[in-house]
Amino acid sequence: MADLRCTFAGIKSPNPFWLASAPPTDKEYNVVRAFKAGWGGAVWKTLGEAGPPVVNTASRYGTLEVNGQRMVGFNNIELITDRPLEVNLREIKQVKRDWPDRALIVSLMVPCVEESWKSILATVEDTACDGVELNFGCPHGMSERGMGAAVGQVPEYIEMVTRWCKQHTRMPVLVKLTPNVTNILGPARAARQGGADAVSLINTVNSIIAVDLDAMAPAPTVDGKGTHGGYCGPAVKPIALHMVAEIARDPHCAGLPISGIGGIATWRDAAEFLALGAGSVQVCTAAMHYGFKIIDDLVDGLGNWLDEKGYADLPAVVGRAVPNVTDWQYLNLNHRIVARIDQDRCIKCGLCHIACEDTSHQAVAATRIDGERHYEVIDAECVGCNLCMHACPVTGCISMVEVETGKPYLNWTQHPNNPMRQAAE
Amino acid sequence: MPDIGDIAANRLSADQYQRNFDDIEAPLDRKRALVEASRCYFCHDAPCLEACPTGIDIPGFIRKIATDNVKGSAVTILEENIMGGACARVCPTEILCEQACVRTAQEGKPVNIGALQRYATDWLLDRGIQPFQRAKSSGKTVAVVGAGPAGLACAHRLALLGHAVTVFEARPKAGGLNEHGVAAYKVPHDFAQREVGFILSLGGIELRTGQALGRDVTLAQLRRDHDAVFIGTGLGGVNALQLDNEALAGVEDAVAYIERLRQADDKSALSIGRRVVVIGGGNTAIDIAVQARRLGAEDVTIVYRRGPQNMGATGHEQDFAQTNGVRIRHWARPVRLIGDSGRLAAAEFESTAAGGPGRRFTLETDMLFKAIGQVFVAAPVSEGGQALLELQAGRIAVDAEGRTSLPDVWAGGDCVAGPDLTVSAVQDGKRAAHAIDRYLRNA
Ligand SMILES: Cc1cc2nc3c(=O)[nH]c(=O)nc-3n(C[C@H](O)[C@H](O)[C@H](O)COP(=O)(O)OP(=O)(O)OC[C@H]3O[C@@H](n4cnc5c(N)ncnc54)[C@H](O)[C@@H]3O)c2cc1C
Ligand SMILES: Cc1cc2nc3c(=O)[nH]c(=O)nc-3n(C[C@H](O)[C@H](O)[C@H](O)COP(=O)(O)O)c2cc1C
Ligand code: SF4
Ligand code: SF4
Ligand code: SF4
Repeated sequence: MADLRCTFAGIKSPNPFWLASAPPTDKEYNVVRAFKAGWGGAVWKTLGEAGPPVVNTASRYGTLEVNGQRMVGFNNIELITDRPLEVNLREIKQVKRDWPDRALIVSLMVPCVEESWKSILATVEDTACDGVELNFGCPHGMSERGMGAAVGQVPEYIEMVTRWCKQHTRMPVLVKLTPNVTNILGPARAARQGGADAVSLINTVNSIIAVDLDAMAPAPTVDGKGTHGGYCGPAVKPIALHMVAEIARDPHCAGLPISGIGGIATWRDAAEFLALGAGSVQVCTAAMHYGFKIIDDLVDGLGNWLDEKGYADLPAVVGRAVPNVTDWQYLNLNHRIVARIDQDRCIKCGLCHIACEDTSHQAVAATRIDGERHYEVIDAECVGCNLCMHACPVTGCISMVEVETGKPYLNWTQHPNNPMRQAAE
Repeated sequence: MPDIGDIAANRLSADQYQRNFDDIEAPLDRKRALVEASRCYFCHDAPCLEACPTGIDIPGFIRKIATDNVKGSAVTILEENIMGGACARVCPTEILCEQACVRTAQEGKPVNIGALQRYATDWLLDRGIQPFQRAKSSGKTVAVVGAGPAGLACAHRLALLGHAVTVFEARPKAGGLNEHGVAAYKVPHDFAQREVGFILSLGGIELRTGQALGRDVTLAQLRRDHDAVFIGTGLGGVNALQLDNEALAGVEDAVAYIERLRQADDKSALSIGRRVVVIGGGNTAIDIAVQARRLGAEDVTIVYRRGPQNMGATGHEQDFAQTNGVRIRHWARPVRLIGDSGRLAAAEFESTAAGGPGRRFTLETDMLFKAIGQVFVAAPVSEGGQALLELQAGRIAVDAEGRTSLPDVWAGGDCVAGPDLTVSAVQDGKRAAHAIDRYLRNA
């Protein structure tokens, strides 16, 4: 069995699966249950300053349901922990003492004042936890108070706060990034500039998950009103993957460890994050949907996949897909594929035909042979867009096959149609 | 307990009767409907649609369920099939839409079209919504004979198109076999009557019950008093076994017994044999056998002269009978009914398996049901023993639009050739209504 042990920014855990800072990590009771179930680490629910804790609303969550599949997207309007700081610190200390082999990181969010960070870091260090994660991402409730995303959206602040933290603690400092920016590289580079040991991303995406058409208010509705919240769950995975990849292939961030977060529910999701350069992964929504026992398949599935592919350990896969992430202009425009229907698998639903006919290139002919429906790709019309393959409900029924063109690699920067092309030679 | 002629009522507890004659399948709630609807691929040129005799836009109505547009879904169904509610319950979908569903080919598990159709149509019926509006009056009148699926579908479509319709129904209640024939647990409670009420609530349809063609009115009168006539009288007679002793107490006609059963408010009042034999291989045989079991018969055997694949009952129906504890014996035909002081005691059978006249065997039985097919009775459309319109293979001859040999008379449903199904009867009625409409507007 492949070695799943993970060393991330100096933090060790028996596997790369950590629970993200959120309700699943809000107290000792939950975190202990998670560790018992086999989770490799946990980022404690974000702590704030000493003093009266924040207050949460009822209700707090909204979901996106697609075709009967629950929680494809998940949205919350919760704040950071609403439990007293001392209670959290005491529990963190206890958990770390009882579970020394697990990664225990503490998420923090305090006002943008050096003294505030300095004082909380000192108390957190006392718990003997493995590191801190600076929450610059929370998109609601906290940014109105000059914290969370309000900091995460301004690279200069990120750099400044990160630098303070590095000055005032020996612990590894992870900077959690908000996706609510136009270019993730700004915040990522600022974190590196400030001396961050790692970045983790993504936090939740600004969202209104739904409108309650009876209450005429955004959901979740609190006494007749609603507000924007933070979006996560399977639906945000593509956004997170892109941002992780951008950082992984940015020369300015080279070597900066990335903890991948966003929509991870299966070992395969995790493997994709690892391939794009994440050194560990964090999970929230999937645990909130199914409970901690999903860790069993996450660990088992990832291990089996590594074995099957002959990868001995995590470093063997981390970042392995990064060299193949490129910019559009470098894609080979002479590469040609066409759709091919496996007639033995075809169940005659006609979806390939209508998709191509109505919205693409009229390249799937619908005919009847002896009264039987028959669908066939017209090679000369097919542009190889893949739409039919994705619309087809039968796995493996439509495949895209390569057509030999005999033409050499040619990208947009070299293409005759590009007025700004570079000389071919 | 007497050894022969053990026929008795009240074999079960009130609770058991109640359970046995309730819905065989619980309706889908919203959540389950959404999940099931999401299994539909929304096929292009959908095979299921083609397999529905009434041509309901199945992907269309399912998608509307999936989007919670349940009213729109119901209207999509009812536009093509005004008895969409009954059909959702009684259609043998396993040989119609669901057989054609691409998911059957893909995974042997079709989208449960019937249950979804019921979900949508029940929603509308439960709310008492009338989604249709009649076209302005054409000034024409049409007589419809028979208030079964064919007659009612025809009447509804004609009324919708603006014609004034009078329905002549021999029985005291409308609904045809939905009310009198189909198994009780398929259309329990007062569903058939609620659906009739819904159909009539459109307006423009006058229902005259207790009015039989050939007894209370003649075809000539109807043709004289109306601009057109539609006949949907179904099948009035049943085949006989052609054996001596058919008059013994305990020998019953399945269709007549089911009609009594359907009309009995208190099922415990129905007498049923302890040991029951059913002769036949169609759905009527299955229905009487299962209902006999559900009335408390201990031992029910269907005897059919050929093999399982030859049975008129679908595989699904045969399985259903067997899970209800009915035994099916193939390849045998009855040759003798044995009586004892006027009561049925046993029936003797002969094997029909290949290899010449076969072995004989006897089944002791208290009750025997004949379910060997129904026939069209031409008397009501005859005069002086002579049919007034052309017949073909014993039923009324019609063209592709349902028109008979008389230029102003149409017919449809079981009384013409074709599959004897509720849904086909509805389609016949609807199609004839459009033909009549064209005829009236051109006249
Ligand atoms: C026991 C049984 C079970 C069945 N189960 C199913 C099933 O599960 N699914 C399915 O799809 N099909 C089933 N069928 C078949 C289905 O019921 C018929 O195909 C359908 O009812 C035919 O409709 P119809 O309108 O042609 O005739 P009917 O339903 O027979 O209606 C004819 C109407 O005309 C009236 N009538 C007859 N003679 C006259 C007259 N002289 N004057 C005035 N009125 C007259 C009758 O009283 C009746 O109301 C079953 C049939 C039987 C017998
Ligand atoms: C209810 C809820 C509360 C959250 N609270 C925090 C928080 O306090 N601090 C934080 O850094 N992230 C918080 N998050 C964001 C998650 O840690 C995580 O970044 C995000 O949900 C994406 O991961 P997922 O798709 O696996 O859920 C919260 C998420 C949810 C659903
Ligand atoms: S790949 Fe695109 S163009 Fe080709 S047949 Fe499929 S949908 Fe049409
Ligand atoms: S989408 Fe797939 S299954 Fe459907 S007709 Fe096309 S090839 Fe066949
Ligand atoms: S064939 Fe099946 S999947 Fe396709 S539209 Fe009909 S019910 Fe839906």
